[in-house]
Amino acid sequence: MLIYKALIAPFFEFEFMRRALVGACALALGAGPVGVLLMLRRMSLMGDAMAHAILPGAAIGFLLAGFNLFALTVGGLAAGLVVALLAGFVARTTELKEDAALAAFFLVSLAIGVTIVSLRGSNIDLLHFLFGSVLALDNQTLVLIASIATLSLGVLSVIWRPLVLDCVDPGFLRSVSRSGAPVHTLFLALVVLNLVGAFHALGTLLAVGMMMLPAVASRFWVRDITPMILMAIGIGMLSGYAGLLLSFHTAVPAGPAIILVAGLVYAGSVIFGRVGGLARQLFPGRHLEA
Amino acid sequence: MTALVKFRNVTLGYERHPAVHHLDGAVEKGTLLAVVGPNGAGKSTLFKGLVGLLKPLAGQIERGVLRTRDIAYLPQIADIDRSFPINVYDIVAMGLWRNAGLFGGIGDKDREKIHDAVAAVGLTGFERRSIATLSGGQMQRVLFARLLLQDANLIVLDEPFTAIDAKTTDDLLAIVHRWHGEKRTVLAALHDLDLVRTNFPDVLLLAREPVAWGPSNTVLTAENLLKARQMCEAFDDQAAACVDAA
Repeated sequence: MLIYKALIAPFFEFEFMRRALVGACALALGAGPVGVLLMLRRMSLMGDAMAHAILPGAAIGFLLAGFNLFALTVGGLAAGLVVALLAGFVARTTELKEDAALAAFFLVSLAIGVTIVSLRGSNIDLLHFLFGSVLALDNQTLVLIASIATLSLGVLSVIWRPLVLDCVDPGFLRSVSRSGAPVHTLFLALVVLNLVGAFHALGTLLAVGMMMLPAVASRFWVRDITPMILMAIGIGMLSGYAGLLLSFHTAVPAGPAIILVAGLVYAGSVIFGRVGGLARQLFPGRHLEA
Repeated sequence: MTALVKFRNVTLGYERHPAVHHLDGAVEKGTLLAVVGPNGAGKSTLFKGLVGLLKPLAGQIERGVLRTRDIAYLPQIADIDRSFPINVYDIVAMGLWRNAGLFGGIGDKDREKIHDAVAAVGLTGFERRSIATLSGGQMQRVLFARLLLQDANLIVLDEPFTAIDAKTTDDLLAIVHRWHGEKRTVLAALHDLDLVRTNFPDVLLLAREPVAWGPSNTVLTAENLLKARQMCEAFDDQAAACVDAA
């Protein structure tokens, strides 16, 4: 049937498609919850900055060891964590608005990273760094991404209470517990970890897309945090699946295709979403009795 | 009568400017104390010092055996993110932190306690409502329910009835009296002097420096109130160092 041929067959016939799908779904599983919390803590732009900050670290790893998974991951993690800690420190100790400092910082990171990659690599290598290689995920990378997702879910379930409380009522948290600061740092570490995982599949420029787009889209459909997380994971997986198919049937590169689909879901949510969507605002329907 | 908290020549303030100046006294266990005074009198500052959010510029606040978990504090403008997707039940449940902590579970008995607290503040049926949909008075009731669950020995309320309707005020006052009946110590910063006269046996009249502290009928005299009103509200940038400063 035509539908089977278009929607299912590519994954049955080609191993690289299956791998890519598994990778994308694992990413969605880890990045979804982290993205929702990032959005609710009003740190979306910081997530973007951290994604760019990963590049110089990974680039140095590349300079030293080529496309070695370990080197790239460790380099990226180190750079990301340094930025995360610095940003957290600045936010907590000064009145300086984070966005100003981060804006300057992430542009510089991007420039430094691209320069370092160009020292040793070709343009193709640079493209891999910027846009990822979701169709070329080897076993090692898949295991890495899956482990990151598992670790994220595990850590999140442990620090859930103080993390949520820190968003809603930080004053109360401070009055009952001293876990506010450590939990915040741990959360930032999780963000960096997921961004490094996404970096391998989607590249530095799009990594944060898998984190933010599903989260922001889910805000337009549900009002409670747990359904929001589930929805973000679902949208992430759907974007992965549909994006890969889009790339398979057209000439669009895979990574950007996934983010494109996620973006379309976001746009659709803004317009048609049940919670604050534009259509609801323009055509609210009759008011209720109570 | 045992003293729960002692203030020894306490000065509290911001950047060397005193907001509470040379306060001496003791809060007895089981008191129901209203702290009154004009705006800028230092009531919020005093409470912040009392719960440990602010370090004194001079003097000591002796809390004796009171630990942080024995104090429940309702700040004046709660720093709560009302747009966060969380419901009434979960906010109230946070009051159980003292027992549940970071990982402790919430058992059936705890669930009952939560429902009882919600009912005590008159919000039965609101459990699943998102806090974004609550009015000011309803939100204040939610915070009182949380205070109920905190089961604290010392309860500090900073202007709990400001901008709250009469019915809610009456209901929440009933809870304050309930706490007093349970021999808990309650301090409340208030502006409505009639409310204070009818409900609070003890009053501290503060105008940066303590004007009077004792039974409400002796403290809330016209003379004292006039003295309090004459206090200067503004920080004086030209002020010299205080001669009584330690």
